[in-house]
Parts: sequence; C-alpha cells; structure tokens
Amino acid sequence: MQLNGSQALIKALEMEGVDTIFGLPGGCILPVYDPLLDSPIRHILVRHEQGAGHMAEGYAHVTGRPGVAMVTSGPAATNIVTPLCDAYIDSIPMVVITGQVPVAAIGTDAFQECDTIGITRSVTKHNELVTSAQDIPRAVREAFHIATTGRPGPVLLDIPKDIVDAKNPNSAMEWEWPDDQSILEGLPGYRPVTKGDPQMIRQAAELILASTRPVIYAGGGILKARAAEALRELAELCDLHVVTTLMARGSFPDDHPLCLGMPGMHGNYTAVTSMQRSDLLIALGSRFDDRVTGRIPDFATEAKIIHVDIDPAEIGKVRRPDVPIVGDCRLVIEELVAVLRGMLADGTTQPDRSMWKQTISGWREKHPLAYKQSEPGDALKPQFVLEQLRDNTPEDCIVASGVGQHQMWTSQYWKFNHPYTFVNSGGLGTMGFAVPAAIGAKVGRPDAMVWAVDGDGCFQMTAQELVTASAERIPVKIAILNNAYLGMVRQWQEMFYEERYSEVYLSPDLPDYKLWAEAMGCVGMRVDSPEEVESAIQKANEIDDRPVVIDFRTDSSEKVFPMVPAGQSNDAIITDPALGEGFVQ
Amino acid sequence: MTTDDATHHLLSVLVENKAGVLARVSGLFARRGFNIISLAVAPTEDARLSRITIAVDAASAPLEQVTKQLFKLINVVEISELAPQDAVERELLLVTVHAPATTRGEVLELVADAAGRILAEGEDRLTLSLDGHPDKLDGFEELLRPYGIIELQRTGRVALPKIDHTPNRLTPAQAS
Repeated sequence: MQLNGSQALIKALEMEGVDTIFGLPGGCILPVYDPLLDSPIRHILVRHEQGAGHMAEGYAHVTGRPGVAMVTSGPAATNIVTPLCDAYIDSIPMVVITGQVPVAAIGTDAFQECDTIGITRSVTKHNELVTSAQDIPRAVREAFHIATTGRPGPVLLDIPKDIVDAKNPNSAMEWEWPDDQSILEGLPGYRPVTKGDPQMIRQAAELILASTRPVIYAGGGILKARAAEALRELAELCDLHVVTTLMARGSFPDDHPLCLGMPGMHGNYTAVTSMQRSDLLIALGSRFDDRVTGRIPDFATEAKIIHVDIDPAEIGKVRRPDVPIVGDCRLVIEELVAVLRGMLADGTTQPDRSMWKQTISGWREKHPLAYKQSEPGDALKPQFVLEQLRDNTPEDCIVASGVGQHQMWTSQYWKFNHPYTFVNSGGLGTMGFAVPAAIGAKVGRPDAMVWAVDGDGCFQMTAQELVTASAERIPVKIAILNNAYLGMVRQWQEMFYEERYSEVYLSPDLPDYKLWAEAMGCVGMRVDSPEEVESAIQKANEIDDRPVVIDFRTDSSEKVFPMVPAGQSNDAIITDPALGEGFVQ
Repeated sequence: MTTDDATHHLLSVLVENKAGVLARVSGLFARRGFNIISLAVAPTEDARLSRITIAVDAASAPLEQVTKQLFKLINVVEISELAPQDAVERELLLVTVHAPATTRGEVLELVADAAGRILAEGEDRLTLSLDGHPDKLDGFEELLRPYGIIELQRTGRVALPKIDHTPNRLTPAQAS
C-alpha cells in the first residue's frame, strides 16, 4: 500500500492503539495534521507545548498507557523539554513527536530549526531523527516498545518536514508494519531483564523470614509494574509494614493497618523512623532518592537491604544491597511470595516481632500528623482544606498536584487507597505540573472525578491550559491553596535563612484568580473561611460541564511538618515546633 | 580479574553503527561525571556495529556504574572489560621534533631504538611515527622532549583481548 509519510505516521499511531494526542501544530509538523482530520484519534489542542507534555504524562500516570504529544520544531520542541525531563526522572511512558526542518535544511540554522535530538538526548530514554518516510512505521513501533518496556520512559521522534509532506517526493513510502521479531532484531542492545534470579529471590525470602524489624520501602516501580496486588499479598503474608514513597502513594492502601504512609523529607514520623530503625529494608521499585534517605551515611544504618528494580543501574547506585534483584517488580514479588509460602508451609517460622509492632504503634500514637486548627476569624489552614477535599470526594477520586508545600500536604492528608489516583511530579519537582497533568488524567479516565491541588505560584505557570480544558469540555477541578507566597521557599527562608524573605511574595489578589478562571471559561470561586470550604467543594463536585477553580485563601505562615532539613540525617526529623515538640532526636 | 585497583578501566563497547551514538556515549560520560582518558571509535568486521574503546579514569567513577549506565543506552550492544594483563593495547603517535644537524643523529638513534618511522624530513625538524603500547609511547615522548617537540598527536588506544584470554563480557543485570 502506497502512503505518504504523514499518513504512515498517523496510521502507525493508530496501530499502537493511541486514542489521544496532546499537541499544537506549527510549520514543520503541519503536514501530519492533515491526515489527523480523518483519524479516529482525538487531538487535544493545547495552548502551550509544555501543557501537551504534562497532559501526556497525566494520561500515562492514570492509564498506564503511554501518553502521546505532538508539536512542531524549534521553540515547540524546546517547550516540551521540561515534560520530557519530568517523565524521564519519574519513569513515565511517553512518546513525543516533534517536527523538524526538511532533511536537506538540517544544520543550516533554518527557520525554527533546533538540534532537538541533541537537546533531548539526556532527558529521554531514547530519541531518533527519522530521515526517511519508509522508516516511520519501524521508528514508531520501536518508540512505543522502548517507552513501555523495561524501566518506562519518554521517547522522542524527530520528523523532518519533507518526509511527511505529501507534496514532496521524499514522503513516498510503501506501508509495512514491522512484526515483533524485526523490532527485536532492530534493537540488538535492548533486552530488559524482567524475571528475577531465583537464587536471589530465595535469599530475599530467607532474609525476610529471619528479620525482626522489616519494612517494605515501596517506590513508584510498584505502580509502573502494576504490582499493587502482589505487594499487598507479600505484606499480608509476612505481616510486613509498608512505607509508600511520594511516587508510590496509593500502591498500598493508606487505610491498611500495615501502611505507614510516606517516608522522606516531609514524611510522617513513623514512616521515617521505622525505616531508620529497621533491620531489613525491602526496597521494591524505589531508588534511594535523597529526599527519602536524608544524609546517606546515616540512613537506616542497621538495615540489610533487598533491592528489587528493573533498572540494573539503580541497584548499588546509592546503597549497596545485600540481595540485589534485577527484574519486574510484579514478577519478582509474585515469585518471592511463592517461595515464602513454600518456606512457611515447610515449617520455617518468623521471629516474634511483637516488640517491633509495639514500637511502631507507639510512634504512631505519639507522633501523628497534626496541625493547629485556625481560631475563628483566623486564616484558613491548608491542611483543613485538604481534609475537607478528601472527605467530600469519592474514594477513587484522582488528585493531581503541583510542586511545593501543597504537594506535600496533599500527600500527607489525602487518603490514597487506590493505585493510580495520585499524579504528581516527584523527581524533577516541576512547578506548574498540576493543571495540565489533571487535564491529561481526566482525558485518560473520563469516568473518574479529577481534582488538582495547586499552589498559587504553580498555578500561574500553566493556568492557560484551563482554556484548553474549557474548549475541550474536560471538567477538571482546581483547588488553589493561595497563600500568596512561593510557600516552600518561604518556609526555607523562615527556617534556614533567618526569616530573610527574598523574592517569595506573590500577593493573594494579583491576579484575581476568580476572574481569571472565569475569563478562561471555568467556574471561579473564592473561599476565605473554614465554614465555606465544604459547600464550595460540593458545588464544584456538581459541575460537570466545565472546569472549576476555587481560590482558597490560606494561612501564609503555615509550614510543612515533619521536616528533615536538607542534607541532614533522618534522625534529625523536626515535628511541628508549634505543637511544642521541637527537635526529636 | 578486574581492573578495579588500576588507575583506569579499559572498556570495549560494541555499539550500533548509527548516527549520534558517539554523542550519546560521550554525553553520558559528561552528564554522570565519568572522566575519559582516551577514546577511539572505528567500524568493526560487522558493518552494523562499531567498537568504542574507552579508557575511563578509575578515580572518577566505579566501573559498575559506568557499565550499567552505558547499558541503558539503547544502541549499546555489548560491553567487555579488558584488564591490562588480558589485553593487547596499541596506540599511534605522530610527532614533529626539532632535529638540527647537531642533534639529528641522536634523534635518529632514538627512533631506531624504538622501532619508529621517519615520515618526513625538514632542514631542522623530523616528523616521526611510533605505534605500540601506550606506556611505550609515553616513554618515547619523554625521550624526545629535551630535543624540542614542535607538534604531537596521539590517537587514543585500541585494544583486543589476548589470544586464549576470554574478555570479561559484562551483562546489564550484573549486580556487582
């Protein structure tokens, strides 16, 4: 079948099961937008290319399917670099297609030319400049294969205009869809290991059954591997407590008695301290990120480590494991459960862990997450808003967040009882992530209610995508925790820079968020007092034909606690000084 | 046997012979802070593949991370570690050295001793070549230095495993 390159590209995307593309056309990618008119693929026209990238990420987060974004060359390609980097560090499967100047013009500093491949090389799992129309189907299949297998990640295809321009002879091609075998042969260096080494799994089982203070350190890999059920089976089989990192929230239900919640810099006391005092950390799809470990030499010094990860480079990168297992988290955990069942059936017993369990419940009782409720007439507490949001939305509500204080409060105060319900930017910490990511999530899961919890600083970075949401009838709901500051920076300046506030004030009224929301076709609301919170949320929940933005005016001085100061030991965790606890050593 | 206690690790990296692969490898080294001592790239007996021979500063990075990160590049097909005692290493040196009549005899003697070659002769200078183990080239360079080196260029080393020595072929999942 004779096709031109642009037809082949759209057909290849259809073959890959793509139902949605987030994008914005421009000169070089223009030819591809023509056959798109005849395709069943839905295109969401964004207002800025960064929005397309984060929407694709949000879509991928909640569906597990790769998000797809398509933008033109030059400035459009550079605008999508941030989402690529974000997806790379958080292992989000994504395929980005960028236009490029015609092959013959590459390297001549042509209009809207940039070295997209060079610029994105270090923020993609792989990228390719496709130089012949005939290569398009293969390149697309490879891109989806690479993005979704092994450790998932973003893949970029750079497509020169001449090979997709129907009027250019260079776009002529004979359609052929490559089979699995030819894709494998075309990637001789890419063979992700998914099955764990049985010997290592056996050793892991032995360590687990011998440990007295074990903790499962569950990371984002659990979600990527669709391993939440397997994780639950493992935890319940051996009565193991579980901490869920920022990227793993929801992978183990917060309401489960064995769940300790989030560890790390703003983790709760029990999660942080149980890891510190454990004698065995079972790291599943987690990467010993500095925000979790605190000062590395002081991290969980008595713990032996079992480290399961699909990316061999993560194993031993930060902490040398006693039992390294390269493999897919779900497959490895299932194997591990089988071995453990066998050993337990053969009469191996677990040591008495009642002391450890008592210690943990003692910590929980003594150091719950807490904040000081506002007095009548005082400013609204952000934590209160989150509690109200949590309690007035369906349990499987999807929540997206930006980056900063509001993100940490969301992780702390929401109850994540289902996987794939928390969408946020962990590794890169991309402010402005929430609005577009929530839109992408809602497109991927139109059946679910989607809220974004955003900061006023974050909101101003990507709010224009609410125009996209209004135009495309994507009814997301945005709760801005408007404290008039770059709150996390303000918190650091208060705590570590002697209250010298440098360039962190944003003003609560500029912009007027309600008017801005309305100008973008959303319903805008403003909430100042605790009494108004619930009814505003209820009202927002009832609106299903357009986006809603609520400007919650919150207390500027509220800080996120607990906190482990950057670069310090996790033992230096500070619970809220306002609650009279000060440093707990 | 690994080269863990040596000052450098010598890696022989088989990559797909595609545009931009060298940039991926060198970009990775720059990004992760691995120092390259020398690097040589050339096609192999298989036209689809190229071989990159890299000497990595052992002090800058553990070998394990270097190889694991390299394996993450989609175009990297195979990595072998060549321990010095198990490999033959060669490098080529070109040098133009001062050699007026007064010292020319001595220089020619050095060239003859080292089994080097004279590529060009000028009135007061000679251009020479020498190939051999990098250590040998280091020594030759030192011997020539007092005579006045005008220009010098080395290629970076290439290496193959010695016959009867199996190279330490690494796999991505190798944990340590």
